[in-house]
Amino acid sequence: MASLIGSRVERKEDKRFLTGKGQYTADINLVNQTFATFVRSPHARAQISKIDISKAEKAPGVIKVLTGEDLSADKIGGLIAGWKIVSQDGKDMKVPPHPPLAKDTVNYVGDHVAIVIAETLEEAKNAAELVNVSYKLKKAVVNTKDAMNSDAIYEGIERNLCFDFLLGDKGKTDAELSKADKVIKLDLINNRLIPNAMEPRASIGDYNPSSEQLTLYTTNQNPHLTRLVLSAFSAIQPEHKFRVVAPDVGGGFGSKIYPYAEDAVVAWASKKIERPVKWVAERSESFLSDCHGRDHVTHVELGVKNDGKINALKVETIANIGAYASLFATVTPTYLYAPLILGLYDIPTASCNVKAVFTNTAPVDAYRGAGRPEATFLIERIVTEAAKEMGIDQAEFRKKNFIKKFPHQQCLVHNIDSGDYSAHLEKALEVADYKNFENRRSQSLKKGKLRGIGFSSYIEACGIAPSAVVMSIGAGVGLWESAEIRFNATGNVSVFTGAHSHGQGHETTFAQIVGDKLGVAIENIDVIHGDTDKGPFGMGTYGSRSLAVGGTAIAKACDKIVEKGKKVAAHMLEGKPEDIDFKNGEFVLKNSNKKKTIGEIAFACYLPGQYGEIKSPLPQGVEPGLKETAFYDPVNFSFPAGTHICEVEIDQETGETKVEKYTAVDDFGTIINPMVVEGQVYGGIVQGIGQALYENGNYDESGQLTSASYMDYTMPRADNFPQFKLDFTTTPATSNPLGSKGCGEAGAIASPPAVMNAVIDAVGSDVSMPATAEKVWKVLKKNGSKKAAA
Amino acid sequence: MKSFNFKSANNSKEAVKLFSGRSAFLSGGMSLLPAIKLRLAAYSDLINIKKIKGLSGIKVSSKSLRIGATTTHAEVSTSKEVLKSIPSLAKLADGIGDPQVRNRGTIGGSIANNDPAADYPSACLALNAIIHTNKRKIEADKFFKGIFETDLKKGELIEAVEFQLPEKSSYAKYPNPASRYAIVGVYIARYKKDVRVAVTGASSGGVYRLKEIEEALSNNFSPSTIENINISSKNLNGDIHASPEYRSHLIKVMAKRALESC
Repeated sequence: MASLIGSRVERKEDKRFLTGKGQYTADINLVNQTFATFVRSPHARAQISKIDISKAEKAPGVIKVLTGEDLSADKIGGLIAGWKIVSQDGKDMKVPPHPPLAKDTVNYVGDHVAIVIAETLEEAKNAAELVNVSYKLKKAVVNTKDAMNSDAIYEGIERNLCFDFLLGDKGKTDAELSKADKVIKLDLINNRLIPNAMEPRASIGDYNPSSEQLTLYTTNQNPHLTRLVLSAFSAIQPEHKFRVVAPDVGGGFGSKIYPYAEDAVVAWASKKIERPVKWVAERSESFLSDCHGRDHVTHVELGVKNDGKINALKVETIANIGAYASLFATVTPTYLYAPLILGLYDIPTASCNVKAVFTNTAPVDAYRGAGRPEATFLIERIVTEAAKEMGIDQAEFRKKNFIKKFPHQQCLVHNIDSGDYSAHLEKALEVADYKNFENRRSQSLKKGKLRGIGFSSYIEACGIAPSAVVMSIGAGVGLWESAEIRFNATGNVSVFTGAHSHGQGHETTFAQIVGDKLGVAIENIDVIHGDTDKGPFGMGTYGSRSLAVGGTAIAKACDKIVEKGKKVAAHMLEGKPEDIDFKNGEFVLKNSNKKKTIGEIAFACYLPGQYGEIKSPLPQGVEPGLKETAFYDPVNFSFPAGTHICEVEIDQETGETKVEKYTAVDDFGTIINPMVVEGQVYGGIVQGIGQALYENGNYDESGQLTSASYMDYTMPRADNFPQFKLDFTTTPATSNPLGSKGCGEAGAIASPPAVMNAVIDAVGSDVSMPATAEKVWKVLKKNGSKKAAA
Repeated sequence: MKSFNFKSANNSKEAVKLFSGRSAFLSGGMSLLPAIKLRLAAYSDLINIKKIKGLSGIKVSSKSLRIGATTTHAEVSTSKEVLKSIPSLAKLADGIGDPQVRNRGTIGGSIANNDPAADYPSACLALNAIIHTNKRKIEADKFFKGIFETDLKKGELIEAVEFQLPEKSSYAKYPNPASRYAIVGVYIARYKKDVRVAVTGASSGGVYRLKEIEEALSNNFSPSTIENINISSKNLNGDIHASPEYRSHLIKVMAKRALESC
């Protein structure tokens, strides 16, 4: 049987997705269902002096209008930050309460004020217009850089500072920088992004007064954690009486990791009215209230010796986390960011200081890459500038400073198990035809266009995460994963995983692993996820963890199946378990032609016991059934790496940048399905180019989101891109038995600096992201236009 | 979306008769329906005019090109008559929105809405169009009255747009990267007696004729003429995508590009 691992198996789930048969939360309609809409704050910062719901309550079709007062009367708790960060002075981070419905204040445009529940959506919306909220406006704090010098939004949180975090030794770093032959300095902005999952968020609360069971259907990347948080902290329903179902999920990029206010409120409201309550976000609500990403202001300094070796790196960042600290908001700009500032370079000394600030903007949380794109952007921008300053070729400078021996203990946190960085760089140079670039540059100039090339060699920490390590640095939970393999009596297999696909193709990739491990045809394997009532507790999908952690749990559960199968086969074949070999779905007794298929063994497992003539094929003492569960806690993070090279052409008259060529050579360790991986890389690159050239979550001074629709928020489109050139190198991960490192975020991590380095190479001066046409035009106007030599 | 009555008319007279104080004529619905869905607009009745046979179609004569009000952008962009008589107009229609919008959206709807960044109004001004309604004929120069405002009276229905055939014409647009509406669109048309230049997307007052460039081009119809013209950024739009200063620069660039492809 040919190996399924490494094959371009067509995605099992695509048939339903591409024929419109996907089952998303909004597709679910329940008997006796009601419809909800939220009254949201139109102001960035205000005191609520009064909420008058009297007219709305009497409007046609209205069942209930609920506010923050009702919520606190029922003692429903707030949403939480799941990761405690300690400031450099030893004090714990400061976070304001985050009630699912605002009580006294609203703190960003889109903040939740009331829920209106009616028989139809139109009636709910009509009534919502009748809810009269009296606001006392206050001056909004919007700007990331100025937040610490503005009014304190919350009492007791001085300078709007959530924490002042330091990783590494700042004094030592300063001392090393003073010994450098050259210190390169940069001020960078990592622009705010709005996730824009194709499927807007939705939730349906469904309380059954008979069983006292509450079901929450929701668009979510980790239903178990959502149930845990809503049970333990919001106190909506005890965990054993609470089912969270996330059916097909249409994209998330991190924004669907967390339980949102809407989840808590519809679940609670359903209990109050004893009817299902359905809410589906409109796109405008997604823009305003999905957690945003990035939003850093950073100063970076890099010391280089005359021999071209980097000797120290210092980073000072202000990270905007918005109005409230969302679930992963505090870990994203700290432990997912600071250790990664070193990139894949051997840098002996470094420090990273991060000040997280509250502002009157939508909460900022993990977004594809979460911390690692921000880190990669700063190191790849400054390494590029350093190479220029030192007069060394971009590829040579990188190679000179790459980590070359593994395992490598970095000076900040990570111990990198494996990699071969020169290999992917060399391959990228070849695929990108680097040696002929200058020819292409002069060809472009003949057409009046400026051409530039940009490098980005990146590393990321994936396979999140070794539980003891993350708990020691503030995580509220461990980040292991679970799996259960159930053999049905007829020989087909149900695989339960705690990971949850929101587009990554788990139903195929995981089935490939099980198919190879157990010798079962892929069509006889079903992967089941997204329902807390079905599989064991799991930690969900984010941080490129599903394969390295979840896939490993599946592989381990398969091993247990084989182990039990050997005992049963030995009994049936009259041998010893240690004399049974398992290969291609068959248990074979050594030195004999006696064998049993795994299907036969599975069936035998369902025929236990002995009674008179009835003799079970099961050996004595072996429990009936064939079902195994495994939990896997990784021993280390995994470290995907790669080199991306981008070429852009700039129209000197309009300032418009066009990506002309894009090469990506990635090392993801063992690849299970190259087609799925390529899809992930494509999507990631597109998102990263989006950040570099197009996307920007823009608030005006009063805190109004001015990019709150597709009329103004520039989502990248297919016609913005050339065909990308993808290639791979492989050094298997040593931290998990599959050897996989993770690929979901790599494209979005690597591409922004590749694009920006290319833009900056073309125009000859710094440009901030997104490099919009007008921004580039202004720089060109200052620099003067270039013409081809006659 | 607030609910409304949906009524279909078989001819213009019936459409006008069905029209009441809180009605809107519905053609492609590409601007009207989103506005209703976003609850920015609400009507008691939508009068569907797509079934009125005489309102759709393209006719060309020796002097003019007449396009029925409910003719879609897709029909205009692929019409042999348009491609032959005013190819730049077909190109303009092909650059509106996306295929879905072009298959639903209509010329009458576009100019009645008079979005300040829409493409068609610039064609009407540059190609000296006459707007035929159920009551009268209106010159394009008098039709557009500022953003989202036209000379149309309540219940007055556009039946056709009649463009005067130019000797040469061209349209160049710099699209908003997000919406793909025009940040600046410049339509240039040369006639025996004069040159007409219309600009969309740029001005806070909506579509307008750019007299400076018209005069210069009447003397010398060439891209080099544009270089020395100073376009003031006064009264131009500024938003997160383009400042008034950038827009004034783009007017020149787009005018030049339009001329180069004339």
